[in-house]
Amino acid sequence: MTNGNFEPVIIGFTCNWCSYRAADMAGTARMKYAPNVRLIRLMCSGRLDPTFIFKAFAGGADAVLISGCHPGDCHYIDQNYKALRRFHLMKRVLTQMGMEPGRLKLLWASAAEGALFASEINKFVEEVRQLGPLNWQVPGEAVSIPTQKTQVEVTA
Amino acid sequence: MTEKIGVYVCHCGSNIAGVVTVAEVSQWAGEELASEGVVISRDYKFMCSSLGQELIQKDIQEMGLTRVVVAACSPHLHEATFRTACKNAGLNPYLCELVSIREQDSWVHTDKEAATQKAKAIISGGVARVAHHESLEPLRVPIHPDTLVVGGGIAGIQAALEIADAGFHVYLVEKEPSIGGHMAQFDKTFPTLDCSACILTPKMVQVGSHPNITLLTWSEVTKVDGYVGSFAVTINKKARYVNTDTCTGCGICWEKCPKKVRDEVFEVGLGNRKAVYTPFPQAVPKYPVIDAPNCTYFIKGTCKACEKFCPTGAINFEQKDEEITIPVGNIILATGYDLFDAKRIPQYGYGRLENVFTSLEFERLSNAAGPTGGNIVLRDGKTVPKAVAIVHCVGSRDQNYNPYCSSICCMQSLKFAHLVHERTGAEVYNFYIDIRTPSKGYEEFYNRLLEEGTNFVRGKVAEISSVARVPEEQGKLVIQVEDTLIGKQRRIPVDMVILSTGIQARHDAKEVAKMFGISCSADNWYIERHPKLDPIATMTDGIYIAGCVQGPKDIPASVAQGAAAAARVLGKIQQKEISLEPVRATVNQEQCSGCRICNDLCPFNAILFHEETMVSEVNPALCQGCGTCVAGCPAGAISGTGFSNDQILSQINGLLLLRITDQEYA
Ligand SMILES: Cc1cc2nc3c(=O)[nH]c(=O)nc-3n(C[C@H](O)[C@H](O)[C@H](O)COP(=O)(O)OP(=O)(O)OC[C@H]3O[C@@H](n4cnc5c(N)ncnc54)[C@H](O)[C@@H]3O)c2cc1C
Ligand code: SF4
Ligand code: SF4
Ligand code: FES
Repeated sequence: MTNGNFEPVIIGFTCNWCSYRAADMAGTARMKYAPNVRLIRLMCSGRLDPTFIFKAFAGGADAVLISGCHPGDCHYIDQNYKALRRFHLMKRVLTQMGMEPGRLKLLWASAAEGALFASEINKFVEEVRQLGPLNWQVPGEAVSIPTQKTQVEVTA
Repeated sequence: MTEKIGVYVCHCGSNIAGVVTVAEVSQWAGEELASEGVVISRDYKFMCSSLGQELIQKDIQEMGLTRVVVAACSPHLHEATFRTACKNAGLNPYLCELVSIREQDSWVHTDKEAATQKAKAIISGGVARVAHHESLEPLRVPIHPDTLVVGGGIAGIQAALEIADAGFHVYLVEKEPSIGGHMAQFDKTFPTLDCSACILTPKMVQVGSHPNITLLTWSEVTKVDGYVGSFAVTINKKARYVNTDTCTGCGICWEKCPKKVRDEVFEVGLGNRKAVYTPFPQAVPKYPVIDAPNCTYFIKGTCKACEKFCPTGAINFEQKDEEITIPVGNIILATGYDLFDAKRIPQYGYGRLENVFTSLEFERLSNAAGPTGGNIVLRDGKTVPKAVAIVHCVGSRDQNYNPYCSSICCMQSLKFAHLVHERTGAEVYNFYIDIRTPSKGYEEFYNRLLEEGTNFVRGKVAEISSVARVPEEQGKLVIQVEDTLIGKQRRIPVDMVILSTGIQARHDAKEVAKMFGISCSADNWYIERHPKLDPIATMTDGIYIAGCVQGPKDIPASVAQGAAAAARVLGKIQQKEISLEPVRATVNQEQCSGCRICNDLCPFNAILFHEETMVSEVNPALCQGCGTCVAGCPAGAISGTGFSNDQILSQINGLLLLRITDQEYA
């Protein structure tokens, strides 16, 4: 498959305290990164409900980024460890559903790590571009998540 | 669709409009998102200006908007602005959503088409989300009027005095036996060369005797609980082995103590103190401490000379560390800095070549109350140097060490040059990369030094060596440098070298930041709420920073920041109450199955289980709104205000409305 002009859409979750501020920092410092990620701010990565990930994939996202404070830096003590556990669990679930595990990424970024945030996004976008568009259909396996995007494409 | 949503897209001058085609985005939102409830979409040059805000307010009042989406900068910057604008127009502030198309879009992307498309997607996400917002009332909590100041350097002293003078109580915690910080170690302060002790000591005395200040020296904060308005701070008061109620500070104990200890802290290794000591004569408080690891009694079990001679029987070897917990409403961190470790640059020979000194060592050497009585001499304690080299920027502005400018080293180097001149008449060479003297009176001081005949050599010193190549270099320290103004390599023999070591974040800055729940920059300076508009507050409500913890600065700037932090705290205390974000979790008792999974998930033990009804309940006073329980509840019984499932799931949908470019992939 050629992924030449394929531009993945990625939904990214950030926590309010570190990773969202890393994104802000990247902005304030005018660092450039790929425009493929759209962020949702949660208070903490611990808020990340696995449903959100399913919803993003079902809605047409090609990949999902989860980001939070570094282990030990979570503003609610250690909720990012819960996010870490959910991340590993979700990776397995998604793999069992026939999806490449590389479509889910976890990134710890502190408020000072705008540069890391930007470069990791670039890396992730490139990786997802290599994976190509998300294709739920795995021959011989029942997949209960809708395959077609539920949203209408709107042209500007 | 019952909601009437207004969308407001900001140009931010050219900050957003330079990359995102704002007018097109606004028009698109008005047309394509009408089905989502958008009834009006506008763009404006500066949405945050009063005219921009009026635009929104007028629409709320005239069109009866029930929801507002502003697409502009980061919510961390202007969320409060737009919420207040909505509130003033009669709309509940929490029905407004600010989405970032600047930090997350125009500032980080160059492809205009993709950035414009992303802006649309972000707005579409915001519109979908805002429809599910609920009217909320902020939580009002009382503010405890007491304040904690951590660090008794000049910044902490200033902050404590301002608050105490205004009539409120302050706990000042200092980990050393005395307050004073680095400033207490200096002889003269640039640029006026007034004596450091003369201007600092009166302030220290004021702190020590102020009825509104509880001074806790030889103490450290070990735990911080709670939040703005009601923190509970645990402090460990280390055993002093001296009863401060009876001690008069007469000094007989340290006179009689037979054990000499090299003073690595205050005298930076240049002088000695006793095992029972105050760091310097003007110490505040005046009570000494016994340095147990070095005390003969603690080591060998005999001695107690201090106890024998103490006229008031104040020595108490049985004293134990004491832990206290105090309630405070606000906290100011003024824990200062560490000196760059000159040993990290081996070619400068510090620690290997005897007569290479650090800046702080020179401060002690030139101090009238220091180990040499203010005589600037070599390490042998008697030889007066005939030629002295002062090396600027040691460890600063160097990619291998600290990339930033320490901001005070140029002035400190000029001060040193002046003192060496004045006291020894030696030939002085200052080796600099650039001279940076940007504050009031600083350039004038530099000019004065030029007139005094200091030799300024522009070039980064390559090496300091004791190996002579020519007879004149015999027994000297030789500075190898490329003089970039004449474009030549030079070797300059001197007797003494002063390394103007830069300043860096304290070695424990990260752990301390973590304890107080604030963030550090990559260099471990504490991060301010806004680098220009709010260099005093942190991202954590109720925690302020002052002095060098925030970044390198001189004494006037540290004092100004200390006073500013105090003003901020006083403002908060005067309000008596503070409103907190009403982001909290609640359990729907009907839906809760009583599994108790959430009980253990909560980091603040905010969830209690009612045995009788077999359901869980969140205590809103303890809940901090992280949302972990919301995500964890298998029955979907917990909802989180401000971040409900409906809000987030809709936002996901909204964000996915458009792909990156209009062109669909195959
Ligand atoms: C060699 C040298 C010369 C200088 N000369 C000048 C000059 O002439 N003029 C000028 O304007 N500036 C000068 N400066 C800069 C000046 O030192 C600083 O601007 C000023 O001292 C900063 O004050 P501060 O209160 O922020 O920090 P500090 O002076 O470092 O004080 C911090 C205090 O906090 C305490 N502390 C640290 N951690 C904790 C903790 N966890 N708990 C409790 N207490 C803690 C420390 O013991 C210390 O007492 C010089 C700096 C150097 C290195
Ligand atoms: S996790 Fe949900 S169902 Fe279980 S006790 Fe908590 S609120 Fe009730
Ligand atoms: S939202 Fe977080 S802090 Fe609040 S009750 Fe749930 S787990 Fe505890
Ligand atoms: S607050 Fe950032 S991960 Fe918890």
